[in-house]
Amino acid sequence: MTVETKLALSVEEVRSFSQNNAEPAAFTDFRVNAMEKAAELDLPKPDRTNIKKWNFIDFANHTVESAPFASLEELPEEVKAVVDTEKQENLYIQRNNTPAFVKVSEELKNKGVIFTDIQTAIRDHKDLVEKYFMTTAVKVDEHKLTAYHAALVNGGIFVYVPRNVVIEEPLQVVFLNDNAEASLFNHVLLVAEESSAVTYVETYISTFEEAKGQVNVVTEVIAKDNAQVTFGAVDNLAHGYTAYVNRRGHAQRDAKIDWALGLMTNSDTIYENTTNLIGDNSTSDFKMVTVGSGDQKLNFTTLIRQWGKNSDGQILKHGVMKDKAQSIFNGIGHIMHGGTKANAEQESRVLMLSEGARGDANPILLIDEDDVTAGHAASVGRVDPTQLYYLMSRGISKQEAERLVIHGFLAPVVAQLPIEGVKKQLTEVIERKVR
Amino acid sequence: MATLEIKDLHVEIDGKEILKGVNLTINTNEIHAIMGPNGTGKSTLASAIMGHPKYEVTSGEIILDGENVLEMEVDERAQAGLFLAMQYPSEIPGVTNADFLRSAINARREEGQEISLMKFIRELDKTMEFLEMPEEMSQRYLNEGFSGGEKKRNEILQMMMIKPTFGILDEIDSGLDIDALKVVSKGINEMRGEGFGCLMITHYQRLLNYITPDHVHVMMQGKVVKSGGAELAQRLEAEGYEWIKAELGIQDTDVVTEEA
Repeated sequence: MTVETKLALSVEEVRSFSQNNAEPAAFTDFRVNAMEKAAELDLPKPDRTNIKKWNFIDFANHTVESAPFASLEELPEEVKAVVDTEKQENLYIQRNNTPAFVKVSEELKNKGVIFTDIQTAIRDHKDLVEKYFMTTAVKVDEHKLTAYHAALVNGGIFVYVPRNVVIEEPLQVVFLNDNAEASLFNHVLLVAEESSAVTYVETYISTFEEAKGQVNVVTEVIAKDNAQVTFGAVDNLAHGYTAYVNRRGHAQRDAKIDWALGLMTNSDTIYENTTNLIGDNSTSDFKMVTVGSGDQKLNFTTLIRQWGKNSDGQILKHGVMKDKAQSIFNGIGHIMHGGTKANAEQESRVLMLSEGARGDANPILLIDEDDVTAGHAASVGRVDPTQLYYLMSRGISKQEAERLVIHGFLAPVVAQLPIEGVKKQLTEVIERKVR
Repeated sequence: MATLEIKDLHVEIDGKEILKGVNLTINTNEIHAIMGPNGTGKSTLASAIMGHPKYEVTSGEIILDGENVLEMEVDERAQAGLFLAMQYPSEIPGVTNADFLRSAINARREEGQEISLMKFIRELDKTMEFLEMPEEMSQRYLNEGFSGGEKKRNEILQMMMIKPTFGILDEIDSGLDIDALKVVSKGINEMRGEGFGCLMITHYQRLLNYITPDHVHVMMQGKVVKSGGAELAQRLEAEGYEWIKAELGIQDTDVVTEEA
């Protein structure tokens, strides 16, 4: 069925946006082609959440102009809180749709590492972009929102780690959102070549309460043979978006992609996280925590698809729901035919803090191979009164006991984040949101 | 000297009466042991003193130095000086043992008077060494994945760090091997003295070989039916409970169901 939707920009507007940015002709065609598909394709169908009436499409402005930061001193406090301005050697800050600050160490440059905004990458690293941009991990024509994303990409980052290059210190990216009119069509493309290693940490921050734009983020992590990628993120965007956030991994032989995601955005959001374990012995350890509040509607669909023999997929999702927040936690471990000795494990736990909140954990194991191991655990409940009694019997107040239990519940991801400032910020966001 | 008085305490769980008029007075500088067959309400007494939400006190009093304990919330009871080493301590994932202990210590201090981190660590290290606990246990999540023996040691560690006026130990010896039992007993004996009173609940006389009680009480059918000195425990060990039943004319040997 073809659904006619009036998109926010015309094909001609997409073409001129691309040309104004001096993009290569091939990329202009790519966008135009994607925009035509966006008009025809259907919305995705996240299991158990009906999004037919969600408006992912309309926005007033596609891009807004923001001033870059001349130095780190100019950064707003919210950004300074997560960036160690003295120690952080490799840093990219995007302000709304504008690349606002970038710092790359000489060492990484000399080793051939690319760490640059996506617009520059589209122009200056044409071949790599052509090779990897929505070709391997996420495809343009999966559904309306991937196509819409491809057509309208207006920000993001490109990380390229050459063969055998091991980056010891984390790369840090901050997406600062201080203009309520801005729409974020961010694309994160991270390619780790054979036997390379990288840790990447991104933070989304809104400095206002109510947004008037759209969020459509696609992240592609490609780990070649024996590469290791650790991906950390804290999403903390304002209320008012209809957000689509897709983070996907593609792991080849002996590769590892680990995720630690603190998903704290206040908008209705469809989170799609898929990791494809293509090669033998590839592994993925996916961890996420979230706090839902207000009248938020959330869908977290996490899928690890395992083709590789002896591959290992781990999913851990912990969510706290308060007020009238509604959430679906779909966890899917899928072992494909041929993936012998593969292991798929998942755990989803939802803690409800109020009567009006809803959380459904929906664990699914799909196994198309005989010689495998798999397991799942899921629970939805309130803070355990026996735990509170135990803590209170040591003199801790009920409020503090609840706080400890909730923090403990969300700790698996907080502990995982490799940048101190980001860890601290996530702890503070949790503190604020569960109060 | 501090005093914990329990007067004619009646307690129900799910509408069923378990304690049927318990009377007991404990002073600091005294160690009391409560013994008795399974299901006579011993653990119920411990839980009722601490204020477990499932236990309903229908009549009677618990008085701590003139203060009505029954009017206090669980945390207030702890702050007033009560401590319960639980039979089945809860596991709290994500909260380290050390962080939890510091919160517990600071909970009974005024704001601005919190224990300094250095002092806390020194004291924690010292106490853990005393209880022969490996250092890494302070960084493990509270009771998560602890063995039975580790949990019991951890309860004693908490008691020694928090320094309550009255410690109530609910079957602290159950399931312990002899080495762990010795260590746990060492901890309790260390606390013994002027500022500390203790109520130990146990099935087994063996514990009392390591901690000599000043008073021994026998509970049956929801009441304290006999009290004496350390020699009472020895007679119970040698002869069992039948002679008490005979002496007191207790016909009904049915025991009430005891909840953990």
